[in-house]
Amino acid sequence: MAARRSALRAPTGPSSLEPLLAAKEIVICCGSGGVGKTTTAAAAAAMAAANLGGKVLVITVDPARRLANALGLERFGNVETQIPPEHFAAAGVAEPRGELWAAMLDTKQSWDELVRAHAPDAATRDAILANPLYANITSRFVQSHDYIAMERLYEIHASGRYDLILVDTPPTRNAIDFLEAPERMADFFSSRLLRWLTVPARSRVFTMASKPFYTVADRILGTQFLQDIAEFFLLFQTMYDGFVERARAVTRTLSDKRTTFVVVSTLEPSPVRETEFFIDALSDRKLHLGAVVLNKVLPDWFRDRDATAIAQRMSTDAAGLAKAVTEAPGGAGIGAPDQVARVLAEVGESFLNFQVVATREGEQRAELAAVADVVATIPYADHDITDLAGLLELGSWLWR
Amino acid sequence: MPPPVPPTDLLDRRLLFVTGKGGVGKTSIAAALGSLAASQGRRTLLCEVDAKGDLAGAFETAPTEFREREVAPGLWAMTMDTDASLKEYLGLQLKLPLLARLGPLARTFDFVANAAPGVKEILTVGKLCYEVRERHYDLVVADAPASGHIVGQLAAPEAINDLVKVGLVRDQTGWMLDILGDAPTTGAIVVATPEEMPVNETLELAGRLREETVVDLAAVVVNRVLPELFTRGEEKIFRELRRPDRTEALAAAVGVPGPGAGSVEPLLDGAELAVKLRRTRAEHLGALRDGLPPGTQLLYVPELFQRSHGVRATRQMAEALGAELGY
Repeated sequence: MAARRSALRAPTGPSSLEPLLAAKEIVICCGSGGVGKTTTAAAAAAMAAANLGGKVLVITVDPARRLANALGLERFGNVETQIPPEHFAAAGVAEPRGELWAAMLDTKQSWDELVRAHAPDAATRDAILANPLYANITSRFVQSHDYIAMERLYEIHASGRYDLILVDTPPTRNAIDFLEAPERMADFFSSRLLRWLTVPARSRVFTMASKPFYTVADRILGTQFLQDIAEFFLLFQTMYDGFVERARAVTRTLSDKRTTFVVVSTLEPSPVRETEFFIDALSDRKLHLGAVVLNKVLPDWFRDRDATAIAQRMSTDAAGLAKAVTEAPGGAGIGAPDQVARVLAEVGESFLNFQVVATREGEQRAELAAVADVVATIPYADHDITDLAGLLELGSWLWR
Repeated sequence: MPPPVPPTDLLDRRLLFVTGKGGVGKTSIAAALGSLAASQGRRTLLCEVDAKGDLAGAFETAPTEFREREVAPGLWAMTMDTDASLKEYLGLQLKLPLLARLGPLARTFDFVANAAPGVKEILTVGKLCYEVRERHYDLVVADAPASGHIVGQLAAPEAINDLVKVGLVRDQTGWMLDILGDAPTTGAIVVATPEEMPVNETLELAGRLREETVVDLAAVVVNRVLPELFTRGEEKIFRELRRPDRTEALAAAVGVPGPGAGSVEPLLDGAELAVKLRRTRAEHLGALRDGLPPGTQLLYVPELFQRSHGVRATRQMAEALGAELGY
């Protein structure tokens, strides 16, 4: 069994996230929706704080309330909060070597702070914050979440307040979107189209290129709306230099040697496909792939050949086996043979069901192993995480 | 008291938005609903709004495009493309000449769509509502964006109404709102799995749909429901079997050589895991039931162990949904 199991394992690389977390300053957890990015980031952060030392911050985009509770916080806010050391003691870590801090990304608040930092004067700042389009654009503008997540990461890192920052990424339509968000933001503010849009209607000099744009834009959106947009962007453009420079700095942070990406995936086909896509995207952009973490993986023993043979017998010859069990030494008094037979049939059937899934997972794992070293595997949990102890227990799978 | 009868038969509606947290099987459920409707003789259009290509996978066909294609008898599939939607709209509404030269213009609009909130969304919702209004199909099923984005999309016509006072876009929002706000015509279906985060997101989304959009919550589909393994009496027997001496008796009965329980252990561990999972999920399911507005239609789709995606899985899910709907 050992030989078969190792054949299904990924080629050996480092077997723990420990060296990665010790060496890097920024760890970005990404992956498709529902794979457990947030929990993985929090668990890794808890392990780093407990074992490595230093100040560790986990920024999460949208945590479950229970996860906030698990970290011992009433609620998350944009403000960084320390998880009290006594929570570690309660979780069995008498003296954590470092500090664990947590914060949540509040998109609106983060945008407001950005505007406050970059507005040239108080009047412009207030005009922007009060603009009806502003609220709409910052909450709905495509990629505004993605951008602000990376922006805040940059800001906190640049402040030098932490030794290690782990961030989980927003649920984007496409896992890759947030990587391009800073660049797109810079493009957006330097775009010729934005200049067209922000030229006041009365002073427009129509060029061959811009005339059809205005004609159609006016007919579709209405002149007034265009003017509203224009006014908003005129205000926003006063922050142009600051914004573009900032977006470029954020882009540089992503490719900095101290930054690494951890891709989290389950072994279901769709997340695996997205993971492969994401790994390619990282390599195209020369970004550092630190680890692939497989989450919610079924135990290896579901693929045990002898157990499978027994399961097949249980589901086909439950009555025969039940008779044998109840008549065996130590078997008396288990229950009525027909009931025992039903139990055995269910046990066998259930095993075979999960065995199919486990086998499929094995194939997906082999496929992934061809493109990246799988560093850590977290088994399927049969319970939810409700406290720091639970997070550390999960985290121990990242640390072996 | 008899269970409340849903006001409209789910598939009698004309436009269904299927949404839910990422990873719960939203696309598979949308595909299964489309399949089910088509198999009942309803001319059905399935539209993938986030171009991820998963819809094509559900039918194992070539990638779907903006131009709809019949992927099964009576079932058409397309992928939303806001540029193409805009071109179609301009062609139909504005009768603009020289549409062939719209290339750069469409890029321009891609930009405006980004800059002006709601424009991209309205091009998506508009295309779907248009297919409904023109009665090209009996039913349009949208594999809509995940919970985080769906509200923005469905609320777009109202948002546009607030922001845009005149112009063609404004003129278009009225009839869209009529279609979206008419419960017998349009509904949202939220897909969840019986797990903590998907359940929380579903409850939150149900509230936001009610407060921020005109769209009716038509049903919640609970996907990947695990079977109940044991009755209470059987569970007692199972506990007995976990006692070391009983386990050895079982090992002897199945003929495992030598001392110890050997390969019988994984079987019992496996059943134990299944029982615990089922129990945890039952708790989440309870929270979901309690949290939803009374009378919300709940449809259960079992965990498919054999196939997780592809034509076969789509078919099995369609059958499960059909059984739940009483077909």
